[in-house]
Amino acid sequence: MKFRWQRRHVGELIARILMYFSFVIVAGSLALILWTVLSKGLPALTWDMVSQTPKGGFYLGKEGGILNAIIGSLYMAGGGTLVALLFSLPLALYLETYLGESRWGYWVRLSLDVLWGIPSIVYGAFGFTIMLALGMRASLLGGIIVLSLLELPIMTRAMDEVIRRMPRDLEQAALALGSTKLEVAIRVVIRQMMPGIVSAILLAFGRGIGDAASVLFTAGYTDRIPTSLMSPAASLPLAVFFQLGTPFPEVQQRAYASALILTIIVLVISLGSRWISAQVGKYSVK
Amino acid sequence: MTNSSNLASRQKQEKTTRRTIFIISLLPLTLIIAVTVALVVRSWPILEQYSLWELLSGTVWKPMRGQFGFWPFIAGTFWVTAVGVILAVPPCLLTALYLAEYARATTRVIIKPLLDVLAAIPSVVYGVWGVIVIVPFVGDVLRPALSEWLGFIPLFASNQPTGYSILSGGIVLAVMISPFIIAVTYEVLMTAPQDWRLGSLGLGATRWQTIRYIIFRQTLPGMIAGIVLGTSRAFGETMAVMMVVGNVAQVPRSVFDAAYPLPALIANNYGEMMSIPLYDAALLGAALILLVIVLIFNLASTLVLQRLLGRNWV
Repeated sequence: MKFRWQRRHVGELIARILMYFSFVIVAGSLALILWTVLSKGLPALTWDMVSQTPKGGFYLGKEGGILNAIIGSLYMAGGGTLVALLFSLPLALYLETYLGESRWGYWVRLSLDVLWGIPSIVYGAFGFTIMLALGMRASLLGGIIVLSLLELPIMTRAMDEVIRRMPRDLEQAALALGSTKLEVAIRVVIRQMMPGIVSAILLAFGRGIGDAASVLFTAGYTDRIPTSLMSPAASLPLAVFFQLGTPFPEVQQRAYASALILTIIVLVISLGSRWISAQVGKYSVK
Repeated sequence: MTNSSNLASRQKQEKTTRRTIFIISLLPLTLIIAVTVALVVRSWPILEQYSLWELLSGTVWKPMRGQFGFWPFIAGTFWVTAVGVILAVPPCLLTALYLAEYARATTRVIIKPLLDVLAAIPSVVYGVWGVIVIVPFVGDVLRPALSEWLGFIPLFASNQPTGYSILSGGIVLAVMISPFIIAVTYEVLMTAPQDWRLGSLGLGATRWQTIRYIIFRQTLPGMIAGIVLGTSRAFGETMAVMMVVGNVAQVPRSVFDAAYPLPALIANNYGEMMSIPLYDAALLGAALILLVIVLIFNLASTLVLQRLLGRNWV
């Protein structure tokens, strides 16, 4: 039968062209972002940037680097991730082991999803009011606490999704041998699902290190590397923001370099977490 | 005998742990309530002094004189979000459709992780990109061109000389939420049963007809929910928007006007000037407005997606 053009074939063609077109637009603009950050940041990236704290006149274009922000960000995101982990690992195991598809489990998951959607600026404002009420000043500890609030829903839900993929028969075999549910959770589920759990932790860490709005009031900003939990701490996103806000081209160059550093950290973490999560079940019982 | 006492102690251990962790499981719900209550309590002074209508519809923002009109900020938030979502949705839907219905398996295997990686890029980096690329583009190219051709439409009138505008904010937002919207809508599209697809194609329908008459019927609510979820992300986005939108407290009339969205208001002013009476209550009131809008959007879309996917969206 000879092919005859009909209206529907034209529709198909148009739809297909539009799809290719939008695919290219979306992929192109995302690639453009990476390219912009790379091409602007790379020339300004020097060893001093990552190895020194700001010296006098740094924000006028003089010597120094953003080591304070790098260390501050790592401390803050690291601390926040640790605190969030303390709550989210037990919570994720509890959701899976005891709550399952029960009504309370439904409510806990729903509230985690809603928490996930709360803008970080709201967390920041909330954290700051609480700190004011407690008489705390902007500090590393404040930043850690707010980031842990921000990361808690992300980490818990990611772990929950991973732990759900746990092979049922393995769990049941352990139960049949007389283990309590707690022992199954700690000795079997965690071990089996370790790569997925680690990848959830990295996901939350990446989200935490990139967030600026929540630490804006709670952690403050300083040119020194924080020495105690009570001292204020700088962070990379804010370093980018403040440096870009200055009128000096040299300092703006450094903002590009700082953005590149931040992007590299986040991309490495994100790719690492993907790689690790691909290892789920590779070294554990099948 | 030792064995059974051992068992008893193990079971006791299990019980105590279970009770302890039950307390942790109260945490998420408590946190939502705590955030809401804290914001209501702290913004109460201003809610008490002015009527809600006065606050929401007032257009004058002069904290020094005790005038707190939120309307410019609310309008700014809506404008930027609307422009962002309108720009993002058509290409994102089409891209998701392409990935789900047309693309080869290898393309999918490459694109999916890439989307996850792009979703992880911090908002401040999107902001930097906006300042370097989008603001000059809007200011030097789009604004002259569009206001020349379409300037008679108030929406495209150019009232200020820079590219720091709603359109810049919208473009940056659109790019930012696109990995997210694509991921959700793709996931929703994949819930349509393969049999329906094959059945429709087997009857001689084109792929586009299959999408339009079969796949959309099934997945439309989910797609809308995904878009709403993306919208609520856009609402609360602070840094990236704040860096390109100009931050001028006015009710915008054109996409080339500067705006001052709620998150930027909080970020720029909170923590300073606490000596002005009611200022801090007003800013927390802004956070409360943001929270309420986002909670409503989130809850509605999560519930729809849950029903459709049979599980929660992560």
